[in-house]
Formats: sequence, C-alpha cells, structure tokens
Amino acid sequence: MSQPLQPWGGPPGATPHADAMTASDEMVQLLTPEGRRVEHPDFAFTGDDAEIAGLLREMVLARRLDLEGTSLQRQGELGLWPPLLGQEAAQIGSGRAVRDADMVFPTYREHGVAMLRGVPVGDMLALFRGTSMGDWDIDEHRFGQYQIIIGAQTLHATGYAMALQRDGLIGNPEPDRNAAVLVYHGDGASSQGDVNESYVFAASFQAPVVFFCMNNQWAISEPSTRQSRIPLYQRAWGYGFPGVRVDGNDVLAVKAVTDWAMERARQGQGPAFIEAFTYRMGAHTTSDDPTKYRLSEETEAWRRKDPIERVKTYLLDAGAIDDGWLSDLDAEADALGEHIRSTCRQLDSESLAHRFDVLFREPTAESEDDRDAHLSYLARFEPLSEESAR
Amino acid sequence: MSTMTMAKALNAGLRRALDANPKVLLFGEDIGKLGGVFRITEGLQKDFGEERVIDAPLAESGIIGTSFGMAMRGYRPVIEIQFDGFVYPGFDQIVSQVAKFHNRTNGRSSVPMVVRIPYGGGIGAIEHHSESPEAYFVHTAGLKVVTCSNPNDAYWMIQQAVASDDPVIFLEPKRRYHDKGEVVHESKPIALHQARIVRGGTDATLIAYGPMVKTCVEAATIAEEEGRSLEVIDLRSLSPIDMVTLTHSVRRTRRAVVVHEDVRTLGVGAEVAARLGEELFYLMESPVLRVTGHDLPYPNSRVESDFLPDVDRILDAVDRSLAY
Ligand SMILES: Cc1ncc(C[n+]2csc(CCOP(=O)(O)OP(=O)(O)O)c2C)c(N)n1
Ligand SMILES: [Mg+2]
Repeated sequence: MSQPLQPWGGPPGATPHADAMTASDEMVQLLTPEGRRVEHPDFAFTGDDAEIAGLLREMVLARRLDLEGTSLQRQGELGLWPPLLGQEAAQIGSGRAVRDADMVFPTYREHGVAMLRGVPVGDMLALFRGTSMGDWDIDEHRFGQYQIIIGAQTLHATGYAMALQRDGLIGNPEPDRNAAVLVYHGDGASSQGDVNESYVFAASFQAPVVFFCMNNQWAISEPSTRQSRIPLYQRAWGYGFPGVRVDGNDVLAVKAVTDWAMERARQGQGPAFIEAFTYRMGAHTTSDDPTKYRLSEETEAWRRKDPIERVKTYLLDAGAIDDGWLSDLDAEADALGEHIRSTCRQLDSESLAHRFDVLFREPTAESEDDRDAHLSYLARFEPLSEESAR
Repeated sequence: MSTMTMAKALNAGLRRALDANPKVLLFGEDIGKLGGVFRITEGLQKDFGEERVIDAPLAESGIIGTSFGMAMRGYRPVIEIQFDGFVYPGFDQIVSQVAKFHNRTNGRSSVPMVVRIPYGGGIGAIEHHSESPEAYFVHTAGLKVVTCSNPNDAYWMIQQAVASDDPVIFLEPKRRYHDKGEVVHESKPIALHQARIVRGGTDATLIAYGPMVKTCVEAATIAEEEGRSLEVIDLRSLSPIDMVTLTHSVRRTRRAVVVHEDVRTLGVGAEVAARLGEELFYLMESPVLRVTGHDLPYPNSRVESDFLPDVDRILDAVDRSLAY
C-alpha cells in the first residue's frame, strides 16, 4: 500500500462543502454497496478473501450482539441499549486495525470493538442492566470503559498516547515494540470543548493517537450539519494533522485507512483523524424515537448501503464462501445469542455496601463508618437470626 | 384550573414565558424537533420558530457561554441541560462567568438566564443520569437556585425564573415529571424564593425539596397512622433559603429532619441544619438530622434504592429525633 507522503485528505484551503452531509468522491471506498472491489490511489486492502470472510463473520456477530441487546432491553432485562446497527463495518474494520499492544478508548456504542477486544459479554451488558458500572479489566483488554460524557475520552486517549510516547513505545525499529491509541467519538462529540482540546494536545505533542470519528449523521435528533459546515475530516487540517474521510460502511476501506493511521502513529508520525461516513440505522438508544426527527426515506436509502450485504455479495461472487458457510455462521450467531441471553439473565449486582469499599484505594475512617452505618441500618430490617435471638 | 403532569406544566409555563417576552429564547440539545429527551419543549419550536427555540451544537460550555453573550444584549436564554451529569462541561461558564458578572461590573450589568436541569435519581438510569448537583450551585454566590416539586409550582416557578433579572439554576426532579397535579392558572403564585408548608404538623418538621417532597408527604401520612404529626416543608428555593418559613415551623415543632437525594457532606441539609442551630439552638429538642444520599458516586441502578432516602429512612430519623 502506498504511504501518502503528503497526508491525504484534500489540501488546506479546500472549498468548504455547502452540505457536510454529502459524501463526496474524497471518500475512500474499496468495496461498493453492490459488492464490487474498486481501486483507490492511496489506500488498498491487502488481505485475502479468507481475511475478508473473517471480517464478515465478525460483523455478523456484532450485529447479533446488538440485536440481542435491543431485545433484552425490550424484555426489561436491560435498562437501556445504544444500538450499533449500521455501524458494523466502521467498528469491525477499525477494531481489526488495532493490535494487542494498542489501546482503545470507546464511546458507549462500540460493542463490536469491545467484542474484538475480548470484553466479556456479561461485563458489557452489566452496565446497561444496572448491575455494574461497566468495570471490565481495562488493562487486560486494552479497552477503556464506556464513556457517557460526550467526548471526555478523547483527552484520556491523548494523555494515554503521551504516556506511550514517554515509555518509548513509538518509532522503534522493531515494529512489535510500538503501540498507538485509537479513540472513538461521534459527529456530535466533535463540538465539545474536550474534543477540540484533545486535537490541540495531540498535535502539539505529536501524540500517537488516532481519532476515529464515527459520523453516523446524527447526534440524537441533531443532524451532523448542526455541528459542522464542512466535512469533519477537513477540520483535522486546522489542528495540524491529516484527516481522511472513509466510507464507514465499507469494511475494507475502514480497515485500510485505520491500518495506515495507526501505523503512522506507531512509527512516531503523530496523530491522524478518520471520519467514518456511516449511518445510525437504529434509534439513538432504546429510549429514543427517531420518527420525531428524521425521514424514513433517509433510513431506507442507507439500508441499500448495508455494510454486511456488500461483503456477502462480494465473497459469494468470488466463490470464497457459499450458502453452507453462511448457514454455519448463522448457527454461530444463534449460539452467541443464546449465550448473551443466558449470561444477561444471570447478572446480579453487588450490594451498595460494596460501593463504599471501592471509593478509595486507601479507605478513610469516614468512608468505613459510612459503610458500617449503612449495614447496621439494613440489618435492622432482617429477620432475627438464631444468634441474635439467643 | 387543569390537571396535568409536571412535564406538561413546564411546557405550558415555557410557552407563556415565550409569549410574554420576545427576548426569551430556548437553547439546548435536541429541544427542537424532538422536544427534548423529556419532551419538555415539545411543540415549542414549531410554534415559536428556530430562531427562538434553538437546537445547539453538542457543547454545554458553548451553550452557557454564548447565552452569556446573548444575555448581554438583552436576550433571556432559557437553557436546557439534557441531564444533570452533563452540566459540568458548562460549569466553568456558570460559576466563573455567569454568577459573577453583576458583581464584577459593580452592579452595572447582569446576564439573566435560566439553566434548566433535570436532576435526581430513581429512574433506573445509567451513570451520569441521576446526579444531584444542587450544592455546587448553592455554594456559588451570585446564583439563585430553585426547584419545583409539583406541576403547579413547575408552571409558575419557571415563569418567575425567566422573569428574574438574575441568573437562576432551575432544577427539575425528573422522576416526578410524569406525576399529575392541579395547575391553577388563575391565581397569583407565591414568591419564587418562598418555601411552602405542604402539610401541617406539630411533632417535627420534615424539610425537603424537589423529588423528596412527595416521599416526605408519604412518610408523614404513615407517621400519622402511628399517631405522629409531621409538618412537611417544600423549600422550593435552595438559594436563597426562606429561613422565615423554616424557623416559624421549627419554633413550633422544635425538631427538624432535612431530606435530600444529594450526598450528605456539604449538602443543602448541612446549611439548613447550621442555620437552624444558629437561630433556634436553645429552643430545639434535638439536633437537626439529615436523611440523604450516601457520600458515594451515584451507584449502579440496581442498588439505587439503597442509596436514595425512602420512607423508612425518613421515619427512622424521625424516631431518632423524637427519642432525644
Ligand atoms: C456532556 C454530554 N452532553 C450531553 C449528553 C447527552 N447525549 C448523549 S449521546 C448524545 C449525542 C451524541 O452524538 P454523537 O457524538 O454523534 O454520537 P452517537 O450517539 O451518534 O454515536 C447526547 C447529546 C452527554 N451524554 N454528555
Ligand atoms: Mg452521531
């Protein structure tokens, strides 16, 4: 793959688009919605069909995970679920560009990436079931906690990247010693002060961080045009690093572009910005009602650009997979669904008393007293035990 | 007079405020077509236009800071913060800029605006959606802080807050949004910063605000069956605090319990207890007790009922107060 010397993404001074929602030919695409592979001057997908089949499998499983989340919420098993439907390619393509040593900072919607990082399904669901605060092992999975405060994670990611830099984990001749950070944020998040400050810090320190902007066209009810008058990727130039717009529903293009950006960062060439042009097919969360603010024609138009269908078509046409392969995959997805449902129903919360125990690493007498007072209050409601009755 | 939910009452109050003054603007995330995630502004953009009911870019500091600028030119921004936990990116603009402007311009200028914040827990939400941030604002001189507990107050207080020439933090108890009550359109409301006796009693005074008023009334009803007469006061205004109404009540009952969802340390209860102690020390039969959220980050929703004050914890405190 050709490594663009001049960072790609349109020259400084490119004419702002009147409508930032319009995908332009500046968008990197390697697989059309019809399932046809196309060339791009700067980016290429270098894997074989077996790798593409692997990506398809992961997208299908991510979609299943998501549908189960939605239906568990409908059944009252979860309090809330933010669907990833439509964003499978953007998540799996980028998530597959991350190596074990790299670090990922998600929003609240990157369930597909969480899956790739080995976050146990139960840990993911527990947050939305209200049985935990979403406390998977961040260091083991190198996958940060879900972030609810829009944009806050971009600063954490940048700081984490600055630490990698100080630990000498970029620019080494042995590629396996290098690491970088991938941070996700939405189109809406691009307006937050924290996010803009993270761009400044990343550029100022040339931190090995890649900003993956999931432009799914909507921030709840607000179209991305409320946040930006120019395509978001063009903003990166103003901060001093390259920006690329990629077809977020094209897993091959997303993988190729993210590979490029992550490798650049690992090699010490600083931050990059990827705008994945995609679409939130579902509601913002299970509490949302998109019929209030967007037209079904729009959703229908995007349905024709489905990220999974195009890969299936390509692989079937290429003879790389067949119907048998697909029905095996269905069976695997069914098994995953079963696993998700049974795991979810078994999730229970630790008591409130536990929250006092995890307030500090070094507990204070005050917090211990508070916990004890809480416990002795609760004990008064318990039926008399044999011991206390004696 | 009509019966409606607190959500509808707020909507009706905002509509009246928009009607009354062309300088009034609504500003916030998703408040236009969607009508806000709680539908408080439903239909208002349609009726008053996009210039007056404005969907803001997703940035709380931006919303509050630009409201400051508009207020300098006589506009009256009424901001909607989507959930309590999302006010903090705008906190700096509120405490460093908005709160201080009148004072630092030596009284020459002011930036009247209302920051509406749905607050409190008990709705089974994920983190950052159940916070009680009132103490931060009460602690900040230069801000007025009020909170409604029922539809009638919601309807009137939002209009009074918009009419106020000072910045007002307007806290809405989201778990009570769908509770219905009577709204009296005809009569004049009591003053914005006046507390209200919700239920008369003689043995002790329960002092609450926002979401906990209803819980205190429930506690008082149960206590009555046990032969105890509890007075319940709805503070309504957390800054300033109506000490006249409070001391008047506690002079009679000689015992007080303050109840809030917010954590105990340096909360509104601490302030009320200190002031009652300063004014009525010799008269009181027992120290002011507090029933509050625990000194913890708001917990995961499955255990929030152990975190939040409930009728049992309130009555337990009443027992302790009476046993002194
Ligand atoms: C600081 C803050 N303000 C507001 C919210 C409420 N909120 C949650 S998600 C969201 C929209 C986010 O849009 P975007 O960044 O595009 O991400 P998407 O949900 O589309 O994935 C908003 C306004 C929040 N979580 N945090
Ligand atoms: Mg979005």
